[in-house]
Amino acid sequence: MKDSSRSLSIVALMSLGLGVYSKQSKSLPANALRPPGALEEQDFLSACLRCGLCVRDCPFDTLGLAKSGDDINVGTPYFKAREVPCEMCDDIPCVVACPSGALDKSLTNIDDARMGLAVLFDQENCLNYQGLRCDVCYRVCPAINQAITLEHRPNERTGKHAMFIPTVNSDHCTGCGKCEYACVLEEAAIKIFPLTLVAGKADDHYRMGWEEKQQHGSSLVAPDQQHLYNLPSGQSYDYDKEGLIFEENSSGAAQ
Amino acid sequence: MSPNAHPGQEAIIANGWFQANRWLISRRLSQITILVLFLLGPWFGWWLVKGNLSSSLTLGILPLTDPFVLLQSLASGHWPETASIIGALIVISFYLIVGGRAYCAWVCPVNLVTDAAFWLRERLGLGGASSLSRKTRYWLLGATLIMPVVSGQIIWELVNPVSMLHRGLIFGIGFAWVILLAVFIFDLFVTRRGWCSHLCPMGAFYSLLGTHNLVRVRADNRAACNDCLDCYRVCPEQQVIRTVLKDAEKGIGPVIDAPNCTNCGRCIDVCAPNVFHMGLRFNNKVSVETSHLDRPNHSSGVEVL
Repeated sequence: MKDSSRSLSIVALMSLGLGVYSKQSKSLPANALRPPGALEEQDFLSACLRCGLCVRDCPFDTLGLAKSGDDINVGTPYFKAREVPCEMCDDIPCVVACPSGALDKSLTNIDDARMGLAVLFDQENCLNYQGLRCDVCYRVCPAINQAITLEHRPNERTGKHAMFIPTVNSDHCTGCGKCEYACVLEEAAIKIFPLTLVAGKADDHYRMGWEEKQQHGSSLVAPDQQHLYNLPSGQSYDYDKEGLIFEENSSGAAQ
Repeated sequence: MSPNAHPGQEAIIANGWFQANRWLISRRLSQITILVLFLLGPWFGWWLVKGNLSSSLTLGILPLTDPFVLLQSLASGHWPETASIIGALIVISFYLIVGGRAYCAWVCPVNLVTDAAFWLRERLGLGGASSLSRKTRYWLLGATLIMPVVSGQIIWELVNPVSMLHRGLIFGIGFAWVILLAVFIFDLFVTRRGWCSHLCPMGAFYSLLGTHNLVRVRADNRAACNDCLDCYRVCPEQQVIRTVLKDAEKGIGPVIDAPNCTNCGRCIDVCAPNVFHMGLRFNNKVSVETSHLDRPNHSSGVEVL
């Protein structure tokens, strides 16, 4: 009996220590990304057997297993985009290799992977924001012109040029990290972050009036009415294209 | 009692050096071969085996998964994919034949560390009885399976010296050597055979696969025992030997069938009169010569702790 209570207290102490340690090691540093198809982090830590088969089948040596002393749950696979990004293989060999389901086999199209989300967070240093045409992140993106588009904006510094602002679209960004890897700056201005860090979420009850209207076919709150302007006779206003219209046969000529 | 400064001296004289070390040699060969098979890939790009002891794929077709880590995953609430379930079933079937804790003696890389610690402990004469119960490992096994239920993640693998060492050797060890050093020091100074025979929950788990396994060390020739005690001195689980060796008169059969026997075979090596041999668990009857009692054997898999 004395033996058992001794054993029990030893085990209880070890468990407490482990419990605290495990709480700490649940967190994933912001620059560590999971392989494609990885379950949500908590589920991933429950499913991953730490065998490294995904690492072995990665043809580009992108993936590595966290070592003891890294700030990542020991033995789990990860990659750092700035070091080696994911090359987005069509056959997704890492997912195929996973024996446990920690990498979800239902991911069959690599474009559906969501390893993280690119964010161009440093607008002060991004060259395109200075009005230059760097465009490297845009060019290297495997989903070019979809995951990153170049949005035009007037360059107010010169007063006559356009700025081409790289803009990430979460609908298409897989978080592969090629943009972060390729960013020409000493420290990348665009980086991949885990979705849990950067993806916002609108409240479920939000409705966008214009979407609802389109779905319904007409306004839901009040019937659409032609807006009436009090314009001088001989003039009218076209919403869509023309703007102010001076009718031909009226007396005044267009100014 | 023992005339030997080191266990096995008498056996070397009686049976020759090789005969007195063949099980130890085979065991080291087995441990090293398995390790090398895993290392051929990362070292030479010869990928016979990928992965590590937690889960692996051999020749691109044979999946093997450690049932203990899979059980932890299950306990944390994940239903694993078929590949790992099949892998675990293959491993379980194998140890149901050769004895669960054969894993500890023939496969586990930590055995190299703890055997080294034990060897040094003996050489340095660091005695002292341990007050740590051998049951502690079962409590710890329980804890390693309850913690995932509570926390929803695999916990023991954060510190498990077995997977840490094996994965470390193949994928890079980081600071895991600190844990191995702790195990070494614990075994050297604190408790004789401390880690493997008292604490390791993985060993405890595998012992549960060894309650009815086929291959067992037998002491059929126990009448020849000369009480030199060498087998006790080398055995990592001494408690499994005593009754089988000495209690033939109480109707205990000659099979060492306690689940914590690791089938390491070192007792066979060091025994000069060749009391032990590797055999099967069947025919566990008390032979007429060794017993005055004419009743069937009721010794079960219950371990003497």
